Amino acid sequence: MSLGEKLLQAVIIIALFFAVVGVILVLTSKLRSRLGELIQSAAFLLPTILLLGVGLLYPAISTVRLSFRNNFDKLWIGFDNYKTIFTDSDLVRVLINTALWVIITPIVATFVGLIYAVLVDRSRFEKTAKALIFLPMAISLVGASIIWKFVYDDNTGILNAITDTFGLGRHHWLLSSPGNTLLLIVIFVWVQAGFATVVLSASIKAIPTDIVEAAKLDGVSGVRMFRYITVPSIRPTLIVVLTAITITTLKVFDIVRTVTGGNFKTSVLAYEFYVQSFRSANRGLGAALAVLIFVLVLPVVIYNVTQMRKVAR
Amino acid sequence: MTVIDAPLEKLEAASETSRNELSNRWASMGALIIAVLWTVPTAGLLVTSFRPEDDINSSGWWNVITHPSFTFDNYKAVLGGSQYSLTDFFVNSFVITIPAVIIPISIATMAAYAFAWMSFPLKNTLFILIFALQIVPIQVTMIPLLKLYVDLGLAGNDAPGGGFYTIWLSHSVFALPLAIYLLHNFMMEIPGELVESARVDGAGHVQIFMRLIVPLMVPAIAAFAILQFLWVWNDLLVALVFGGGSLDISPLTVALANLSGTRGADWYLLSAGAFVSLVVPLAVFLGLQRFFVRGLLAGSVKG
Repeated sequence: MSLGEKLLQAVIIIALFFAVVGVILVLTSKLRSRLGELIQSAAFLLPTILLLGVGLLYPAISTVRLSFRNNFDKLWIGFDNYKTIFTDSDLVRVLINTALWVIITPIVATFVGLIYAVLVDRSRFEKTAKALIFLPMAISLVGASIIWKFVYDDNTGILNAITDTFGLGRHHWLLSSPGNTLLLIVIFVWVQAGFATVVLSASIKAIPTDIVEAAKLDGVSGVRMFRYITVPSIRPTLIVVLTAITITTLKVFDIVRTVTGGNFKTSVLAYEFYVQSFRSANRGLGAALAVLIFVLVLPVVIYNVTQMRKVAR
Repeated sequence: MTVIDAPLEKLEAASETSRNELSNRWASMGALIIAVLWTVPTAGLLVTSFRPEDDINSSGWWNVITHPSFTFDNYKAVLGGSQYSLTDFFVNSFVITIPAVIIPISIATMAAYAFAWMSFPLKNTLFILIFALQIVPIQVTMIPLLKLYVDLGLAGNDAPGGGFYTIWLSHSVFALPLAIYLLHNFMMEIPGELVESARVDGAGHVQIFMRLIVPLMVPAIAAFAILQFLWVWNDLLVALVFGGGSLDISPLTVALANLSGTRGADWYLLSAGAFVSLVVPLAVFLGLQRFFVRGLLAGSVKG
C-alpha cells in the first residue's frame, strides 16, 4: 500500500464508524415510549458490549481453557502446562527473573521518586526538575531501551567508559547473568521513577500545613521530618504507587525484547508468553503463561483499588 | 533577663537558618545528582544522533567535547528516501493511532452516557462487569483474538484495510473498560437537574447526548484522548502480535525494535530514528502535561 492509500484507509474507517453510529442514533432518536428507551439504551451500549464480549471476555475465557490443552489444542492435559512452567529449568529462570523485576523495580523507583519529590518540593526549579525526571514516562519503552542500549554498548557506551576510568575494566554488560537482568531493571526504574515523583509530590503538597508547622515548632526537621511526618502522612499514596508499578512491571515486555531479545537468561513472563505463543507456536504453554500473569496481577490490582479508594477519600 | 535572652534567641534562630541552608544545600545536591543521572542517557542519545557514522561506531558521544563534529546526515537518511527511511513507519504510526484514539473514545462516551442517564435492566451488573474487565491483562486475550481475526479474514496483507483493522480493533477493545469507567466518573459530576430539565423540555436522549453532554465532556474526553494517544503510539506488543510481522502496517516502535535487534550496518541510524519516534509523544506531553498527569494514576492499572 502507498502512504496515501494507508491514510485513506484511516479516513475510511473513521467515516464508516461515524456513519454507522450516526444512522443508529438518528433511527432511534425519535422513540419516546418505554420500549423506545430500552432500544435507545441498546443502541448506546451495543458497540461496547459487542467489542468487549467478542474482543475481551470470550478470548479471556478461551485462553483459560487453552491453558489446560496441549500445544496443538487437541488434547486435555490438565495442569501439565503449569507444571512445565514450574519445572523446566529455562522457565524457572524466567520466573526468578520476573521475581527480581517485581521486587526491585517498584521499591527502587518509588524510593527514588519519593526522595526526589521531597528534595525538589517548594524549590525554585520544582517544575523543571519534575518535568526532567518525568519525561521518560512519555516515550515508548522501545525508545527508552535504545537510549540505554547506547549506555551499555561494549565499545562506545558511557558505562564502560566510567568503569574503565575507575580501573574496574570494560565488560560485556548485557551478556552475563544475573547482572544483565539488573541492568534491564535499571531501564524500567528510570522510566517509572517519574511516575512515582509526580504522584507522591502531589500527595506531599496535600499534607496539612498545621501538622508540618506543629512539628517544626517541636524542633523536628530534615531526616526526622521525612521519617516521622512526611512518610506516615502519605502512606496510602505510597502503597498505591508501589502496587501500580508492580502491576506494570509484571507485564513488561518491550525492554527485554528490544535490548537482549530474551537471550543471555534475561527473559521474563510477559516476554516468554510472546515467544511461546507467537514464535514457538506453543499455544497451550503460552496460554498458561498468560493466565499466570493474570493470577499474579489480580491480588495486586485488588489491593491497589482498595488503597486508591482510601486516597480518594 | 530579657536583655540576655534576646540575643540568645537570635543566636538560636541564626544557627537554625544556617542549619536549614546547609540541609538545603545537601538537598539541592541530591536533587541535582538524580536529575543529572536521569538526563544524561537521553542527552547522550541526542548528541549521538548528530554525529557522523564513523564517530558513532568508534567512540562515545562525550568525545564531541574534544572532537566536535556534527551532521544532519542521520536525520536525512532516516527521514529521506534512503533504504533505511523511517517515513513509512512514521505514517503507519499515525494511521494506527488516530482511529485507535477516536473510535474507542466515541464508543466509551456513549456507553458512559447510557450508564449515567438511561435506565435499563441489569445496568449495575453490566457496569461492574466492565469495571472488572479493566484488570484483564491484554496477554490473556491475544491467542484467541488472533485466531478470531484470521478466521474472520481480517489478518494478512489481502485483508480489508491491508490488515490495519486487527490493530485498530484490538486497541479499541483494550481501551474501552478504562475509558468507560473514567468518562462515567466525570459524567456523574454533571448535575442531574440539567439532564432532567432537558428531558422535561422534550429533548430525547440522542439530543441531550449530542447537544448537552458531549460539549460538557470535552475536557475529560481530551484527557483520556492524550493517554490513549500515548499508549497506542508507544505500543509494541499489540502491533507485533496483530500486525503479524508485516512491515507494511508496522508502526515506528516495531521498526526501531527490529533495527535495534540486528545491530547491522544501519545501527548508527538508530539514534536519529529513536529521536524521530520520541518527538511526537514529547510534544504531546509537554504541550498537554496538565491533562496527562491527571489521568495517569487512574490509568496505572490498565491491562
